[in-house]
Amino acid sequence: MTVIIGLEIHVQLNTATKLFCSCSTDYRDDPPNTHCCPVCLGLPGALPRLNRKAVEYGLKVAKALNMEVPEESEFARKNYFYPDLPKAFQITQYDKPLSIRGVLEIEDDEGHEKLVRITRAHLEEDPGRLVHKGGGDRARYSLVDYNRSGIPLLEIVTEPDLRSPQEARRFLGRLRATLEYLGVFDGDKEGSLRVDANISIKGYERVEVKNISSYKGVEKALTFEVTRQRNLIRRGQPVTVRETRHFQEGRGVTTASRSKEEEHDYRYFPEPDLRPLSVAGWVEEIELPELPVARKNRFVEQYGISLNHARTLTGDLKIAEFFEKIASVDPVLAATWTADTLLGELNYRSMSIAAVPPGHFAGLLKLLKEDTITDKAAVQVLRTMLDSCAAGNECEQPAAIVEREGLARATGVDFAAIVRTVIAGNPQAVEDYRAGKKGALNFLVGQVMRETRGRADPRELGELVAACIETTEG
Amino acid sequence: MVSEIEIESIAKLADIDLARDEVAGFTREFNAILEYFDALDQVSGEETLTPELTNVFREDEPGGCLPQEDVLANAGSTEDGFVKAPRVM
Ligand SMILES: [Zn+2]
Repeated sequence: MTVIIGLEIHVQLNTATKLFCSCSTDYRDDPPNTHCCPVCLGLPGALPRLNRKAVEYGLKVAKALNMEVPEESEFARKNYFYPDLPKAFQITQYDKPLSIRGVLEIEDDEGHEKLVRITRAHLEEDPGRLVHKGGGDRARYSLVDYNRSGIPLLEIVTEPDLRSPQEARRFLGRLRATLEYLGVFDGDKEGSLRVDANISIKGYERVEVKNISSYKGVEKALTFEVTRQRNLIRRGQPVTVRETRHFQEGRGVTTASRSKEEEHDYRYFPEPDLRPLSVAGWVEEIELPELPVARKNRFVEQYGISLNHARTLTGDLKIAEFFEKIASVDPVLAATWTADTLLGELNYRSMSIAAVPPGHFAGLLKLLKEDTITDKAAVQVLRTMLDSCAAGNECEQPAAIVEREGLARATGVDFAAIVRTVIAGNPQAVEDYRAGKKGALNFLVGQVMRETRGRADPRELGELVAACIETTEG
Repeated sequence: MVSEIEIESIAKLADIDLARDEVAGFTREFNAILEYFDALDQVSGEETLTPELTNVFREDEPGGCLPQEDVLANAGSTEDGFVKAPRVM
Protein backbone atom coordinates (compact mmCIF):
# COMPACT_ATOMS: atom_id res chain seq x y z
CA MET A 1 0.00 0.00 0.00
CA THR A 2 1.69 3.16 -1.22
CA VAL A 3 1.49 6.15 1.13
CA ILE A 4 1.04 9.58 -0.43
CA ILE A 5 1.85 12.69 1.59
CA GLY A 6 1.84 16.39 0.76
CA LEU A 7 2.64 19.15 3.24
CA GLU A 8 1.63 22.74 3.89
CA ILE A 9 4.20 24.40 6.05
CA HIS A 10 3.74 27.73 7.80
CA VAL A 11 7.08 29.31 8.51
CA GLN A 12 7.52 32.38 10.65
CA LEU A 13 9.85 34.84 8.91
CA ASN A 14 12.35 36.34 11.28
CA THR A 15 11.69 40.06 10.70
CA ALA A 16 11.87 42.75 13.38
CA THR A 17 8.32 43.99 12.71
CA LYS A 18 5.03 42.49 11.65
CA LEU A 19 3.98 42.02 8.02
CA PHE A 20 1.71 45.07 7.72
CA CYS A 21 2.54 47.28 10.74
CA SER A 22 5.53 48.42 12.78
CA CYS A 23 4.69 46.41 15.90
CA SER A 24 7.74 44.53 17.13
CA THR A 25 7.74 40.74 16.65
CA ASP A 26 9.89 40.28 19.74
CA TYR A 27 7.11 39.55 22.22
CA ARG A 28 8.35 36.27 23.61
CA ASP A 29 8.29 37.05 27.33
CA ASP A 30 5.91 40.00 27.20
CA PRO A 31 2.33 40.09 28.54
CA PRO A 32 -0.50 39.42 26.07
CA ASN A 33 -1.83 42.21 23.86
CA THR A 34 1.14 44.53 24.33
CA HIS A 35 2.50 44.35 20.76
CA CYS A 36 -0.59 45.59 18.97
CA CYS A 37 -1.69 48.63 17.00
CA PRO A 38 -4.80 49.63 15.03
CA VAL A 39 -3.55 47.72 11.95
CA CYS A 40 -2.96 44.33 13.56
CA LEU A 41 -6.10 44.74 15.69
CA GLY A 42 -8.16 45.42 12.59
CA LEU A 43 -9.55 48.70 13.89
CA PRO A 44 -11.73 50.59 11.40
CA GLY A 45 -9.78 52.85 9.07
CA ALA A 46 -6.39 51.30 9.74
CA LEU A 47 -4.39 50.57 6.59
CA PRO A 48 -1.76 47.87 6.07
CA ARG A 49 1.75 48.82 4.96
CA LEU A 50 3.90 46.01 3.60
CA ASN A 51 7.22 45.14 5.25
CA ARG A 52 9.94 45.12 2.58
CA LYS A 53 12.11 42.72 4.57
CA ALA A 54 9.36 40.07 4.61
CA VAL A 55 9.21 40.20 0.81
CA GLU A 56 13.00 39.94 0.58
CA TYR A 57 13.01 36.94 2.92
CA GLY A 58 10.24 35.28 0.94
CA LEU A 59 12.23 35.74 -2.26
CA LYS A 60 15.37 34.36 -0.61
CA VAL A 61 13.48 31.18 0.21
CA ALA A 62 12.01 31.11 -3.29
CA LYS A 63 15.48 31.27 -4.81
CA ALA A 64 16.85 28.61 -2.47
CA LEU A 65 13.97 26.31 -3.45
CA ASN A 66 14.61 26.94 -7.15
CA MET A 67 11.21 28.56 -7.57
CA GLU A 68 9.85 30.82 -10.27
CA VAL A 69 8.85 34.33 -9.22
CA PRO A 70 6.01 35.59 -11.45
CA GLU A 71 6.19 39.13 -12.84
CA GLU A 72 3.23 40.16 -10.71
CA SER A 73 1.85 38.93 -7.42
CA GLU A 74 -0.79 40.34 -5.13
CA PHE A 75 -2.43 39.99 -1.75
CA ALA A 76 -5.97 38.76 -1.21
CA ARG A 77 -8.51 38.68 1.57
CA LYS A 78 -9.56 35.33 2.96
CA ASN A 79 -12.84 35.87 4.77
CA TYR A 80 -13.92 33.91 7.82
CA PHE A 81 -15.00 34.50 11.41
CA TYR A 82 -12.81 33.37 14.23
CA PRO A 83 -11.84 35.10 17.49
CA ASP A 84 -8.13 35.06 16.60
CA LEU A 85 -8.82 37.03 13.41
CA PRO A 86 -9.81 40.57 14.43
CA LYS A 87 -10.54 41.88 10.92
CA ALA A 88 -12.68 38.81 10.10
CA PHE A 89 -10.37 38.30 7.14
CA GLN A 90 -6.77 37.24 6.77
CA ILE A 91 -4.52 39.02 4.32
CA THR A 92 -2.85 36.25 2.33
CA GLN A 93 -2.06 35.48 -1.29
CA TYR A 94 -4.41 33.46 -3.44
CA ASP A 95 -4.19 33.18 -7.20
CA LYS A 96 -1.09 35.36 -7.56
CA PRO A 97 1.43 33.99 -5.04
CA LEU A 98 4.94 35.32 -4.57
CA SER A 99 6.54 32.20 -6.02
CA ILE A 100 5.62 28.94 -7.73
CA ARG A 101 7.08 25.60 -8.89
CA GLY A 102 10.26 24.75 -7.03
CA VAL A 103 12.13 21.70 -5.74
CA LEU A 104 14.01 20.66 -2.63
CA GLU A 105 16.45 17.76 -2.62
CA ILE A 106 16.18 15.20 0.16
CA GLU A 107 17.16 11.57 0.76
CA ASP A 108 14.48 8.92 0.31
CA ASP A 109 14.07 5.89 2.61
CA GLU A 110 16.87 4.08 0.76
CA GLY A 111 19.25 7.02 1.14
CA HIS A 112 19.01 8.02 -2.53
CA GLU A 113 18.68 11.62 -3.63
CA LYS A 114 15.12 12.63 -4.39
CA LEU A 115 13.58 15.88 -5.53
CA VAL A 116 10.39 16.98 -3.79
CA ARG A 117 8.35 19.43 -5.85
CA ILE A 118 7.18 22.65 -4.22
CA THR A 119 3.86 23.93 -5.54
CA ARG A 120 4.01 27.46 -4.22
CA ALA A 121 5.25 29.71 -1.43
CA HIS A 122 3.27 32.78 -0.48
CA LEU A 123 3.22 35.50 2.18
CA GLU A 124 0.45 35.88 4.72
CA GLU A 125 -0.22 37.26 8.17
CA ASP A 126 -0.53 35.06 11.24
CA PRO A 127 -3.77 35.25 13.25
CA GLY A 128 -3.64 35.81 17.00
CA ARG A 129 -3.00 33.09 19.55
CA LEU A 130 -5.75 31.23 21.41
CA VAL A 131 -5.14 30.09 24.96
CA HIS A 132 -7.29 27.60 26.83
CA LYS A 133 -6.97 27.53 30.58
CA GLY A 134 -6.94 24.10 32.14
CA GLY A 135 -6.34 22.45 28.76
CA GLY A 136 -8.30 22.67 25.52
CA ASP A 137 -10.86 20.00 26.33
CA ARG A 138 -12.19 21.50 29.52
CA ALA A 139 -11.97 25.26 29.00
CA ARG A 140 -15.33 27.01 28.93
CA TYR A 141 -14.07 29.96 26.90
CA SER A 142 -11.10 30.97 24.74
CA LEU A 143 -8.59 33.68 25.60
CA VAL A 144 -7.06 35.65 22.75
CA ASP A 145 -3.64 37.29 22.55
CA TYR A 146 -3.08 39.48 19.47
CA ASN A 147 0.69 39.84 19.92
CA ARG A 148 1.08 37.22 17.20
CA SER A 149 -1.56 38.79 14.96
CA GLY A 150 0.18 40.05 11.82
CA ILE A 151 3.46 38.12 12.23
CA PRO A 152 4.79 37.41 8.73
CA LEU A 153 4.41 33.83 7.59
CA LEU A 154 5.57 32.10 4.47
CA GLU A 155 3.26 29.25 3.55
CA ILE A 156 5.11 26.60 1.60
CA VAL A 157 3.03 23.95 -0.16
CA THR A 158 4.51 20.74 -1.57
CA GLU A 159 3.22 18.41 -4.23
CA PRO A 160 2.13 14.98 -2.89
CA ASP A 161 5.64 13.61 -3.46
CA LEU A 162 6.45 12.19 -0.03
CA ARG A 163 6.08 8.44 0.46
CA SER A 164 6.47 7.82 4.19
CA PRO A 165 6.26 9.65 7.53
CA GLN A 166 10.05 9.30 7.81
CA GLU A 167 10.51 10.95 4.44
CA ALA A 168 8.19 13.77 5.53
CA ARG A 169 10.33 14.31 8.62
CA ARG A 170 13.51 14.36 6.54
CA PHE A 171 11.91 16.85 4.16
CA LEU A 172 11.02 19.14 7.03
CA GLY A 173 14.47 18.72 8.54
CA ARG A 174 16.07 19.76 5.25
CA LEU A 175 13.62 22.64 4.79
CA ARG A 176 14.20 23.84 8.32
CA ALA A 177 17.98 23.69 7.86
CA THR A 178 17.68 25.58 4.56
CA LEU A 179 15.64 28.33 6.22
CA GLU A 180 18.17 28.60 9.03
CA TYR A 181 21.10 28.74 6.61
CA LEU A 182 19.27 31.56 4.81
CA GLY A 183 18.99 33.47 8.07
CA VAL A 184 15.25 34.09 7.63
CA PHE A 185 13.99 31.80 10.37
CA ASP A 186 14.53 31.10 14.06
CA GLY A 187 13.63 27.49 14.81
CA ASP A 188 13.96 28.05 18.56
CA LYS A 189 10.88 30.28 18.61
CA GLU A 190 7.74 28.54 19.77
CA GLY A 191 5.36 27.87 16.88
CA SER A 192 7.84 29.10 14.26
CA LEU A 193 7.13 26.09 12.03
CA ARG A 194 3.63 24.62 11.82
CA VAL A 195 2.50 21.88 9.49
CA ASP A 196 -0.72 20.62 7.94
CA ALA A 197 -0.43 17.34 6.05
CA ASN A 198 -2.51 15.69 3.36
CA ILE A 199 -2.17 11.96 3.59
CA SER A 200 -3.74 9.02 1.79
CA ILE A 201 -3.17 5.42 0.90
CA LYS A 202 -2.99 5.19 -2.89
CA GLY A 203 -6.42 4.49 -4.35
CA TYR A 204 -8.28 5.67 -1.24
CA GLU A 205 -9.62 8.94 0.15
CA ARG A 206 -7.36 11.74 1.34
CA VAL A 207 -7.32 13.03 4.91
CA GLU A 208 -6.01 16.38 6.09
CA VAL A 209 -4.17 16.41 9.41
CA LYS A 210 -3.97 19.85 11.01
CA ASN A 211 -2.32 21.29 14.07
CA ILE A 212 1.11 19.68 13.88
CA SER A 213 3.05 22.31 15.76
CA SER A 214 6.54 20.88 15.76
CA TYR A 215 8.65 19.26 13.14
CA LYS A 216 9.26 16.30 15.42
CA GLY A 217 5.48 15.83 15.72
CA VAL A 218 5.13 15.29 11.98
CA GLU A 219 6.49 11.76 11.89
CA LYS A 220 4.40 10.82 14.93
CA ALA A 221 1.17 12.28 13.55
CA LEU A 222 1.65 10.74 10.11
CA THR A 223 2.67 7.33 11.45
CA PHE A 224 -0.50 7.25 13.53
CA GLU A 225 -2.56 8.29 10.53
CA VAL A 226 -1.02 5.70 8.16
CA THR A 227 -1.77 2.94 10.67
CA ARG A 228 -5.32 4.20 11.21
CA GLN A 229 -6.07 4.34 7.48
CA ARG A 230 -4.47 0.94 6.80
CA ASN A 231 -6.55 -0.63 9.55
CA LEU A 232 -9.74 0.86 8.10
CA ILE A 233 -8.88 -0.48 4.67
CA ARG A 234 -7.96 -3.92 6.03
CA ARG A 235 -11.29 -4.14 7.81
CA GLY A 236 -13.01 -3.13 4.59
CA GLN A 237 -14.26 0.14 6.06
CA PRO A 238 -14.18 3.31 3.97
CA VAL A 239 -11.81 6.19 4.74
CA THR A 240 -14.08 9.22 5.27
CA VAL A 241 -14.14 11.47 2.20
CA ARG A 242 -11.87 14.55 2.55
CA GLU A 243 -11.89 14.38 6.31
CA THR A 244 -10.08 16.96 8.45
CA ARG A 245 -8.43 15.61 11.57
CA HIS A 246 -6.55 17.30 14.38
CA PHE A 247 -3.26 16.05 15.79
CA GLN A 248 -3.29 15.85 19.58
CA GLU A 249 0.40 16.31 20.32
CA GLY A 250 0.23 15.09 23.91
CA ARG A 251 -1.57 11.85 23.11
CA GLY A 252 0.10 11.24 19.75
CA VAL A 253 -3.23 10.60 17.99
CA THR A 254 -5.37 12.35 15.37
CA THR A 255 -9.04 12.96 16.03
CA ALA A 256 -11.85 13.89 13.65
CA SER A 257 -12.80 17.55 13.80
CA ARG A 258 -16.26 18.82 13.11
CA SER A 259 -16.10 20.62 9.79
CA LYS A 260 -18.60 23.33 9.01
CA GLU A 261 -19.85 23.05 5.48
CA GLU A 262 -19.25 26.72 4.68
CA GLU A 263 -15.76 26.57 6.12
CA HIS A 264 -14.16 26.49 2.70
CA ASP A 265 -16.17 29.31 1.23
CA TYR A 266 -13.58 31.99 1.93
CA ARG A 267 -14.70 34.40 -0.81
CA TYR A 268 -11.16 35.47 -1.67
CA PHE A 269 -10.78 38.79 -3.42
CA PRO A 270 -7.79 41.06 -4.14
CA GLU A 271 -6.82 43.18 -1.12
CA PRO A 272 -7.83 46.72 -2.11
CA ASP A 273 -5.56 48.36 0.49
CA LEU A 274 -2.31 47.00 -0.92
CA ARG A 275 -0.68 47.57 -4.30
CA PRO A 276 0.46 44.55 -6.32
CA LEU A 277 4.05 43.37 -6.15
CA SER A 278 6.42 43.31 -9.06
CA VAL A 279 9.59 41.81 -7.64
CA ALA A 280 10.73 39.14 -10.11
CA GLY A 281 13.71 41.34 -10.91
CA TRP A 282 14.97 41.22 -7.33
CA VAL A 283 15.74 37.53 -7.46
CA GLU A 284 18.87 37.93 -9.55
CA GLU A 285 20.34 40.32 -6.97
CA ILE A 286 19.93 37.89 -4.10
CA GLU A 287 23.12 36.16 -3.08
CA LEU A 288 22.47 32.83 -1.44
CA PRO A 289 24.74 31.45 1.25
CA GLU A 290 26.03 27.89 1.03
CA LEU A 291 22.96 25.69 1.56
CA PRO A 292 22.74 22.32 3.38
CA VAL A 293 23.16 20.08 0.32
CA ALA A 294 26.20 22.01 -0.91
CA ARG A 295 27.70 22.04 2.56
CA LYS A 296 27.13 18.30 2.96
CA ASN A 297 28.94 17.61 -0.31
CA ARG A 298 31.78 19.96 0.65
CA PHE A 299 32.18 18.25 4.04
CA VAL A 300 32.62 14.88 2.33
CA GLU A 301 35.11 16.29 -0.14
CA GLN A 302 37.07 18.68 2.08
CA TYR A 303 37.21 16.66 5.31
CA GLY A 304 37.00 13.12 3.96
CA ILE A 305 34.19 12.23 6.37
CA SER A 306 31.38 9.76 5.62
CA LEU A 307 28.24 10.86 3.80
CA ASN A 308 26.17 9.87 6.83
CA HIS A 309 28.22 12.03 9.17
CA ALA A 310 28.14 14.89 6.68
CA ARG A 311 24.34 14.67 6.54
CA THR A 312 23.99 14.73 10.30
CA LEU A 313 26.47 17.56 10.76
CA THR A 314 24.93 19.81 8.10
CA GLY A 315 21.33 19.16 9.18
CA ASP A 316 21.55 22.09 11.58
CA LEU A 317 23.42 25.32 10.92
CA LYS A 318 24.82 25.60 14.45
CA ILE A 319 26.13 22.04 14.37
CA ALA A 320 27.72 22.58 10.96
CA GLU A 321 29.47 25.71 12.21
CA PHE A 322 30.55 23.97 15.40
CA PHE A 323 32.08 21.13 13.40
CA GLU A 324 34.03 23.48 11.17
CA LYS A 325 35.60 25.07 14.25
CA ILE A 326 36.88 21.76 15.63
CA ALA A 327 37.60 19.83 12.42
CA SER A 328 41.25 20.88 12.32
CA VAL A 329 42.13 18.56 15.23
CA ASP A 330 41.27 15.54 13.10
CA PRO A 331 38.25 15.76 10.79
CA VAL A 332 37.18 12.12 10.93
CA LEU A 333 37.64 11.90 14.70
CA ALA A 334 35.78 15.20 15.11
CA ALA A 335 32.91 14.05 12.87
CA THR A 336 32.57 10.73 14.65
CA TRP A 337 32.58 12.20 18.13
CA THR A 338 30.26 15.06 17.25
CA ALA A 339 27.71 13.05 15.26
CA ASP A 340 27.78 9.78 17.18
CA THR A 341 28.37 10.89 20.76
CA LEU A 342 28.06 14.62 21.42
CA LEU A 343 24.66 15.09 19.74
CA GLY A 344 23.18 12.17 21.66
CA GLU A 345 24.52 13.47 24.96
CA LEU A 346 23.15 16.94 24.21
CA ASN A 347 19.78 15.51 23.25
CA TYR A 348 19.66 13.50 26.47
CA ARG A 349 20.24 16.70 28.44
CA SER A 350 17.92 18.85 26.23
CA MET A 351 20.93 21.08 25.68
CA SER A 352 21.75 23.15 22.61
CA ILE A 353 25.11 22.88 20.91
CA ALA A 354 25.41 26.62 21.58
CA ALA A 355 26.15 25.74 25.22
CA VAL A 356 29.32 23.85 24.28
CA PRO A 357 32.48 25.92 23.74
CA PRO A 358 34.14 24.48 20.61
CA GLY A 359 37.60 24.91 22.18
CA HIS A 360 36.63 22.63 25.06
CA PHE A 361 35.38 19.91 22.73
CA ALA A 362 38.49 20.28 20.58
CA GLY A 363 40.53 19.79 23.76
CA LEU A 364 38.75 16.50 24.38
CA LEU A 365 39.47 15.39 20.80
CA LYS A 366 43.15 16.23 21.28
CA LEU A 367 43.31 14.05 24.39
CA LEU A 368 41.82 11.22 22.34
CA LYS A 369 44.08 11.78 19.37
CA GLU A 370 47.19 11.81 21.57
CA ASP A 371 45.95 8.60 23.23
CA THR A 372 45.97 10.30 26.62
CA ILE A 373 42.52 8.83 27.36
CA THR A 374 40.55 5.84 26.10
CA ASP A 375 37.24 6.16 24.22
CA LYS A 376 35.46 5.01 27.33
CA ALA A 377 37.11 7.60 29.55
CA ALA A 378 36.42 10.25 26.89
CA VAL A 379 32.68 9.63 27.16
CA GLN A 380 32.96 10.04 30.91
CA VAL A 381 34.91 13.28 30.55
CA LEU A 382 32.39 14.57 27.99
CA ARG A 383 29.48 13.86 30.32
CA THR A 384 31.15 15.58 33.26
CA MET A 385 31.98 18.55 31.04
CA LEU A 386 28.43 18.86 29.67
CA ASP A 387 27.00 18.67 33.15
CA SER A 388 29.27 21.53 34.16
CA CYS A 389 28.13 23.54 31.08
CA ALA A 390 24.48 22.80 31.85
CA ALA A 391 24.85 23.93 35.44
CA GLY A 392 25.35 27.42 34.04
CA ASN A 393 28.88 27.66 35.34
CA GLU A 394 31.89 28.04 33.16
CA CYS A 395 32.40 24.76 31.31
CA GLU A 396 35.14 22.69 32.83
CA GLN A 397 38.15 21.93 30.64
CA PRO A 398 38.45 18.25 29.63
CA ALA A 399 42.13 18.14 30.64
CA ALA A 400 41.21 19.41 34.11
CA ILE A 401 38.54 16.73 34.45
CA VAL A 402 41.02 14.01 33.40
CA GLU A 403 43.51 15.32 35.94
CA ARG A 404 41.01 15.62 38.79
CA GLU A 405 39.35 12.27 38.26
CA GLY A 406 42.55 10.43 37.37
CA LEU A 407 41.19 9.25 34.03
CA ALA A 408 44.40 9.32 32.03
CA ARG A 409 45.07 6.10 30.17
CA ALA A 410 47.37 3.85 32.12
CA THR A 411 49.46 1.24 30.34
CA GLY A 412 48.57 -2.39 30.74
CA VAL A 413 51.40 -3.14 33.15
CA ASP A 414 49.78 -1.04 35.86
CA PHE A 415 46.81 -3.37 35.83
CA ALA A 416 48.73 -6.62 36.19
CA ALA A 417 47.76 -6.93 39.85
CA ILE A 418 44.06 -6.32 39.13
CA VAL A 419 44.20 -8.85 36.28
CA ARG A 420 45.76 -11.47 38.57
CA THR A 421 43.09 -10.84 41.24
CA VAL A 422 40.28 -11.13 38.70
CA ILE A 423 41.72 -14.36 37.29
CA ALA A 424 42.14 -15.82 40.76
CA GLY A 425 38.57 -14.79 41.68
CA ASN A 426 36.89 -16.30 38.61
CA PRO A 427 38.21 -19.84 38.15
CA GLN A 428 35.12 -20.97 36.26
CA ALA A 429 35.52 -18.27 33.61
CA VAL A 430 39.22 -19.08 33.29
CA GLU A 431 38.38 -22.73 32.77
CA ASP A 432 35.71 -21.81 30.18
CA TYR A 433 38.28 -19.72 28.33
CA ARG A 434 40.74 -22.60 28.31
CA ALA A 435 37.93 -24.77 26.96
CA GLY A 436 37.73 -22.38 23.99
CA LYS A 437 34.82 -20.16 25.00
CA LYS A 438 35.59 -16.68 23.64
CA GLY A 439 32.84 -15.05 25.73
CA ALA A 440 34.66 -15.96 28.91
CA LEU A 441 37.54 -13.64 27.99
CA ASN A 442 35.14 -10.75 27.43
CA PHE A 443 33.66 -11.41 30.84
CA LEU A 444 37.07 -11.31 32.52
CA VAL A 445 38.08 -8.15 30.63
CA GLY A 446 34.80 -6.57 31.71
CA GLN A 447 35.62 -7.36 35.32
CA VAL A 448 39.02 -5.73 34.98
CA MET A 449 37.50 -2.70 33.18
CA ARG A 450 35.12 -2.21 36.03
CA GLU A 451 37.98 -2.11 38.51
CA THR A 452 39.96 0.32 36.36
CA ARG A 453 37.11 2.74 35.54
CA GLY A 454 37.76 2.66 31.81
CA ARG A 455 41.31 3.86 31.96
CA ALA A 456 42.65 1.01 29.86
CA ASP A 457 42.05 0.03 26.28
CA PRO A 458 39.84 -3.11 26.25
CA ARG A 459 41.84 -4.74 23.46
CA GLU A 460 45.08 -4.23 25.34
CA LEU A 461 43.48 -5.63 28.46
CA GLY A 462 42.24 -8.64 26.52
CA GLU A 463 45.79 -9.45 25.47
CA LEU A 464 47.00 -8.96 29.01
CA VAL A 465 44.33 -11.23 30.50
CA ALA A 466 44.99 -13.91 27.86
CA ALA A 467 48.74 -13.76 28.47
CA CYS A 468 48.20 -13.92 32.19
CA ILE A 469 46.01 -17.02 31.92
CA GLU A 470 48.66 -18.67 29.73
CA THR A 471 51.28 -18.18 32.45
CA THR A 472 49.00 -19.28 35.27
CA GLU A 473 48.85 -22.91 36.27
CA GLY A 474 45.73 -24.51 34.89
CA MET B 1 -29.41 38.96 -10.60
CA VAL B 2 -28.88 37.49 -7.18
CA SER B 3 -31.37 34.91 -5.97
CA GLU B 4 -32.94 34.57 -2.54
CA ILE B 5 -30.95 31.38 -2.00
CA GLU B 6 -27.72 33.26 -2.64
CA ILE B 7 -28.79 36.01 -0.25
CA GLU B 8 -29.42 33.45 2.46
CA SER B 9 -26.02 31.88 2.02
CA ILE B 10 -24.26 35.27 1.92
CA ALA B 11 -26.03 36.24 5.13
CA LYS B 12 -24.87 33.03 6.75
CA LEU B 13 -21.26 33.62 5.68
CA ALA B 14 -21.42 37.20 6.94
CA ASP B 15 -22.83 35.95 10.25
CA ILE B 16 -25.97 38.07 9.84
CA ASP B 17 -29.24 36.67 11.14
CA LEU B 18 -31.88 37.17 8.49
CA ALA B 19 -35.46 36.37 9.36
CA ARG B 20 -37.34 34.39 6.72
CA ASP B 21 -39.58 37.36 5.87
CA GLU B 22 -36.59 39.71 5.46
CA VAL B 23 -35.02 37.70 2.64
CA ALA B 24 -37.16 39.01 -0.21
CA GLY B 25 -36.58 42.64 0.78
CA PHE B 26 -32.83 42.20 1.09
CA THR B 27 -32.69 40.40 -2.26
CA ARG B 28 -34.45 43.36 -3.90
CA GLU B 29 -32.09 45.88 -2.28
CA PHE B 30 -29.01 43.81 -3.03
CA ASN B 31 -29.93 43.65 -6.70
CA ALA B 32 -30.64 47.38 -6.75
CA ILE B 33 -27.13 48.05 -5.43
CA LEU B 34 -25.61 45.76 -8.05
CA GLU B 35 -27.51 47.71 -10.70
CA TYR B 36 -25.92 50.95 -9.51
CA PHE B 37 -22.52 49.36 -10.02
CA ASP B 38 -23.54 48.18 -13.47
CA ALA B 39 -24.47 51.77 -14.22
CA LEU B 40 -21.12 53.01 -12.92
CA ASP B 41 -19.37 50.53 -15.21
CA GLN B 42 -20.93 52.30 -18.19
CA VAL B 43 -19.57 55.73 -17.24
CA SER B 44 -16.52 56.83 -19.15
CA GLY B 45 -14.37 59.09 -17.01
CA GLU B 46 -10.80 60.07 -16.43
CA GLU B 47 -8.31 57.46 -15.35
CA THR B 48 -7.76 58.11 -11.67
CA LEU B 49 -6.09 54.87 -10.61
CA THR B 50 -2.40 54.40 -11.26
CA PRO B 51 -2.25 50.75 -12.24
CA GLU B 52 1.50 50.96 -12.72
CA LEU B 53 1.99 51.76 -9.04
CA THR B 54 3.49 48.62 -7.52
CA ASN B 55 5.94 47.77 -4.73
CA VAL B 56 4.83 50.13 -1.98
CA PHE B 57 6.82 49.24 1.09
CA ARG B 58 7.60 50.12 4.67
CA GLU B 59 11.06 49.49 6.14
CA ASP B 60 11.41 46.83 8.82
CA GLU B 61 11.84 49.28 11.71
CA PRO B 62 9.86 48.84 14.92
CA GLY B 63 7.53 51.65 15.89
CA GLY B 64 5.19 52.35 18.78
CA CYS B 65 2.38 50.09 19.90
CA LEU B 66 -0.73 50.72 21.96
CA PRO B 67 -0.69 50.20 25.73
CA GLN B 68 -2.52 47.05 26.80
CA GLU B 69 -5.45 48.98 28.29
CA ASP B 70 -6.08 50.64 24.92
CA VAL B 71 -5.79 47.33 23.09
CA LEU B 72 -8.43 45.85 25.37
CA ALA B 73 -10.61 48.98 25.50
CA ASN B 74 -13.11 47.69 22.94
CA ALA B 75 -13.20 44.10 24.14
CA GLY B 76 -16.51 42.96 25.57
CA SER B 77 -14.78 40.88 28.20
CA THR B 78 -11.17 40.36 29.30
CA GLU B 79 -9.16 38.19 31.65
CA ASP B 80 -5.49 38.59 32.69
CA GLY B 81 -4.74 40.83 29.71
CA PHE B 82 -6.42 38.48 27.22
CA VAL B 83 -9.59 39.09 25.26
CA LYS B 84 -12.21 36.65 26.45
CA ALA B 85 -14.08 34.97 23.62
CA PRO B 86 -16.62 32.18 23.20
CA ARG B 87 -14.95 28.81 23.33
CA VAL B 88 -13.45 27.73 20.00
CA MET B 89 -10.94 25.01 19.33
ZN1 LIG C 1 0.46 46.29 14.79
